[in-house]
Amino acid sequence: MEFAELIKTPRVDNVVLHRPFYPAVEGTLCLTGHHLILSSRQDNTEELWLLHSNIDAIDKRFVGSLGTIIIKCKDFRIIQLDIPGMEECLNIASSIEALSTLDSITLMYPFFYRPMFEVIEDGWHSFLPEQEFELYSSATSEWRLSYVNKEFAVCPSYPPIVTVPKSIDDEALRKVATFRHGGRFPVLSYYHKRNGMVIMRSGQPLTGTNGRRCKEDEKLINATLRAGKRGYIIDTRSLNVAQQTRAKGGGFEQEAHYPQWRRIHKSIERYHILQESLIKLVEACNDQTHNMDRWLSKLEASNWLTHIKEILTTACLAAQCIDREGASILIHGTEGTDSTLQVTSLAQIILEPRSRTIRGFEALIEREWLQAGHPFQQRCAQSAYCNTKQKWEAPVFLLFLDCVWQILRQFPCSFEFNENFLIMLFEHAYASQFGTFLGNNESERCKLKLQQKTMSLWSWVNQPSELSKFTNPLFEANNLVIWPSVAPQSLPLWEGIFLRWNRSSKYLDEAYEEMVNIIEYNKELQAKVNILRRQLAELETEDGMQESP
Amino acid sequence: MEHIRTPRVENVRLVDRVSPKKAALGTLYSTATHVIFVENSPDARKETWILHSQISTIEKQATTATGCPLLIRCKNFQIIQLIIPQERDCHDVYISLIRLARPVKYEELYCFSFNPMLDKEEREQGWVLIDLSEEYTRMGLPNHYWQLSDVNRDYRVCDSYPTELYVPKSATAHIIVGSSKFRSRRRFPVLSYYYKDNHASICRSSQPLSGFSARCLEDEQMLQAIRKANPGSDFVYVVDTRPKLNAMANRAAGKGYENEDNYSNIKFQFIGIENIHVMRNSLQKMLEVCELKSPSMSDFLWGLENSGWLRHIKAIMDAGIFIAKAVSEEGASVLVHCSDGWDRTAQVCSVASLLLDPHYRTLKGFMVLIEKDWISFGHKFNHRYGNLDGDPKEISPVTDQFIECVWQLMEQFPCAFEFNERFLIHIQHHIYSCQFGNFLCNSQKERRELKIQERTYSLWAHLWKNRADYLNPLFRADHSQTQGTLHLPTTPCNFMYKFWSGMYNRFEKGMQPRQSVTDYLMAVKEETQQLEEELEALEERLEKIQKVQLNCTKVKSKQSEPSKHSGFSTSDNSIANTPQDYSGNMKSFPSRSPSQGDEDSALILTQDNLKSSDPDLSANSDQESGVEDLSCRSPSGGEHAPSEDSGKDRDSDEAVFLTA
Repeated sequence: MEFAELIKTPRVDNVVLHRPFYPAVEGTLCLTGHHLILSSRQDNTEELWLLHSNIDAIDKRFVGSLGTIIIKCKDFRIIQLDIPGMEECLNIASSIEALSTLDSITLMYPFFYRPMFEVIEDGWHSFLPEQEFELYSSATSEWRLSYVNKEFAVCPSYPPIVTVPKSIDDEALRKVATFRHGGRFPVLSYYHKRNGMVIMRSGQPLTGTNGRRCKEDEKLINATLRAGKRGYIIDTRSLNVAQQTRAKGGGFEQEAHYPQWRRIHKSIERYHILQESLIKLVEACNDQTHNMDRWLSKLEASNWLTHIKEILTTACLAAQCIDREGASILIHGTEGTDSTLQVTSLAQIILEPRSRTIRGFEALIEREWLQAGHPFQQRCAQSAYCNTKQKWEAPVFLLFLDCVWQILRQFPCSFEFNENFLIMLFEHAYASQFGTFLGNNESERCKLKLQQKTMSLWSWVNQPSELSKFTNPLFEANNLVIWPSVAPQSLPLWEGIFLRWNRSSKYLDEAYEEMVNIIEYNKELQAKVNILRRQLAELETEDGMQESP
Repeated sequence: MEHIRTPRVENVRLVDRVSPKKAALGTLYSTATHVIFVENSPDARKETWILHSQISTIEKQATTATGCPLLIRCKNFQIIQLIIPQERDCHDVYISLIRLARPVKYEELYCFSFNPMLDKEEREQGWVLIDLSEEYTRMGLPNHYWQLSDVNRDYRVCDSYPTELYVPKSATAHIIVGSSKFRSRRRFPVLSYYYKDNHASICRSSQPLSGFSARCLEDEQMLQAIRKANPGSDFVYVVDTRPKLNAMANRAAGKGYENEDNYSNIKFQFIGIENIHVMRNSLQKMLEVCELKSPSMSDFLWGLENSGWLRHIKAIMDAGIFIAKAVSEEGASVLVHCSDGWDRTAQVCSVASLLLDPHYRTLKGFMVLIEKDWISFGHKFNHRYGNLDGDPKEISPVTDQFIECVWQLMEQFPCAFEFNERFLIHIQHHIYSCQFGNFLCNSQKERRELKIQERTYSLWAHLWKNRADYLNPLFRADHSQTQGTLHLPTTPCNFMYKFWSGMYNRFEKGMQPRQSVTDYLMAVKEETQQLEEELEALEERLEKIQKVQLNCTKVKSKQSEPSKHSGFSTSDNSIANTPQDYSGNMKSFPSRSPSQGDEDSALILTQDNLKSSDPDLSANSDQESGVEDLSCRSPSGGEHAPSEDSGKDRDSDEAVFLTA
């Protein structure tokens, strides 16, 4: 298919661009297959280079023959283009609409993008399950890698390689898969080296109304318990919701069949409730009315921070079970691809110092989100401005990033990465030149041949020049478990994301710069002093040598 | 002393605010100035000190099987819950505290017994650290337009004004006295701030006694004189900081606001800031929200909105911004008043000055600003903060609001202020503590009569001595944010104003960020300074050695090992490493099997049975009860800080403690 067919007017002159915090700019608008480009005439430098896939919604208005297109982006930015000529304007608008809603993934930009940088390390091979397994295989021999899902036949949303208890063979896994939603049998998510406790995750058990049971399932999860110990099952749904799913064949673990496990129900919202929450929140942030009270009540009504609090609380509870109770846990909701992953990954942020480093966090996303089968393609298809209420869209990943930011805010010296790293991940999850977040699971990614046809986000991020932008200057390795506060007073709005386009960050950026300078200067001095000390020491020993003979 | 009924009560429990099931057992002591709870812990003697003057309310709750609960709410937002075994003891403590928390004469206040072991000379020097006449000189006064007036010598014209006042040169004594008679409490228009760059000024006064039609020639001449003192502008803004309705209501009582028709060249403007009663209730509502036990996000946000607190903060900021813009951008002088001109007027003038003049954003400049706009101009500290027993309707968090405005600005301009959040918190604390004489009484006149300077110590000297604790590491005198006027965005951004948990929940340490960027950067800067010195020394020695290399002079290496980066103690790991009560009031926790039917399974995951077994926690002082771990103070100096009454001035307090 030719993009040219979709581009009715490739180029319009005298277009005026309005953006937050920049003066209006007049220039030439060009449409390409994947970008909307506006360059000012004077020096022909690009003023705007916007991926079509970043466009969430567009509005058009006409005053006489002057048309205006308002482009609402998935990163919440709103830009305005004034286009002379009604026909041009209509053409541009319909072209953008078509190009920003391409059906086929293989037409997306990552399949066309040619990197301008030299790939030092191919990100597609940076975080292999085997390597991750090695990290804890020295501490325990109770687990093994299973290739039972090699062809994605047992569980279409799982990766080909998963970690399971050593005592459970592949045959049993196949049976368990039939008892769990989407074939998502319990697998290892995290091994806590300090005490050997684990986090497992799965889909809901398919008990149905007649209380079906599966001996292999019981055996599998019991295999993770030490003799005489009990474990916890954290169901991310309220008891009520969990009970309702029985009618549709789902359900939860019955005490009678899992006597060694204690079930805890939390209620983390999902799907459209989250999407609506995001829509309301962004609307509140964009509202520029004068009334202070309206802002707070809109913030409250969006429920966004309520979701943050609920997710964080559940993650803390999970971490507490592991670290303080010395109990292993199994986490699931319904599918085990959304709230489950929020909880398992945040618990690791709390428990595991490595996941607070850049590499470790990338590995966490690779493991707990991409390979674990969070359906990025569905969830991130639209953002806060979409008006089509699709059932599958939800800011699950953004909520996770927000929770990480909340912990980062409370422990500003314990993370190797900074806020910009989280913002970057948010942007790329929604629109990117890289293939990393394409597809809904490993199986789809395999079919799309992403590794061969697209570039990995990690290949780009892990270059030293890029990493420096994402490194937290305050970082000091903290080997402790970090317990965040979940009190409402401790959980503010993430301004860096939600007010990014509504307030100037000039003074905050200056403060960040100042902070970097203070630390850089200190390091510089440290280096100088060390050199001089060495020189002095050398001179002194020379003196000594001269003296002694 | 005679008010203390029971100097010592044994087996008292201090309830943990976060996990109410947890309580520390100890002994409660009553002294002349403090209530002290000493925990019966064998290793560390954990103490909680509560200054009587900080006590806001005491509530005796219904006796339970475990004893008689006593709830003490403090003006610095600390809440202490004690359980006293015997009802009679509880009643005695309650009755004594009721009396001790409401002294009837100044001499009972802490500052008259507080002795920081300084000699007379040091004390006197402390009082001259902040010198207002120096400040007026810094502004560029007196000059061609403004002069120092002695009209209020011996407080003859206005007893709530200071003696040193700057007025326009063309305002004769006759005009001043005439104008003063036309103003509430005779608070006639005087200079608060002079903007050198363009001669515009901020003046302040009380409302005119205009009623429905009264006018006063001298008052009109006074405003004309203010206009003339600013040759760059042909009008003066008159800003009435009250809501229009309130100002109109005042007319019926013979007061009111300026009629634009009577004054030549004024532009009159209402900026609605609510009165002290509304503010008192608003704070009360907000504190109720802060006090909620495990509130949901909606409870919190809804309660915060409902309190209206941030709306009031915004109103004060808006007024300050309006005035700063009028002065710096329009070059117009502004006369500010409310009713009496000592609450809202003080707030607004000082916010505007802070926006206009970088000097007030320095440590010393900020002290000067409070000294000038608040202390000298007769803000009624005694009445507003209830230092002495008085009318509860006079109490209102007027300076608290100003201090919060400064914090809101610091959040937006992180490099613009020389001082940090701790500085603001400690000033707030001492406005209520009465440990220093600065904020005593309602006016300069009263303070002079009481001979405050001879009998008490100055807070400013104390803060200045410990200034290393109060510095903002991001401040740099040559940074662009420290130059000139602070420009706030023109678009209304309600989201700019945020809840200040560092103030209102400051005793709930667990709620605060567990690592302090400020402390980290201060430690880095301190090390940087040492490195600079070492570098210089090394270079010198190197040079010397190279010169005398052949002389075989032995140089001993005395340098210490390179200091390690990892040594910055910014996080209080003991707190960081304590999980909170995440199971909360979880109803569904867990849908348990009856076999393990302990009385409360939710408890399993709370701290109670974890704490003792965890070595990481052993060094932890009681974070939630407000006794701060001493190790989490900033590394430098800081012999005492008001948030830790427990750590303060051991010597002097000990003395008081023993006499009890």
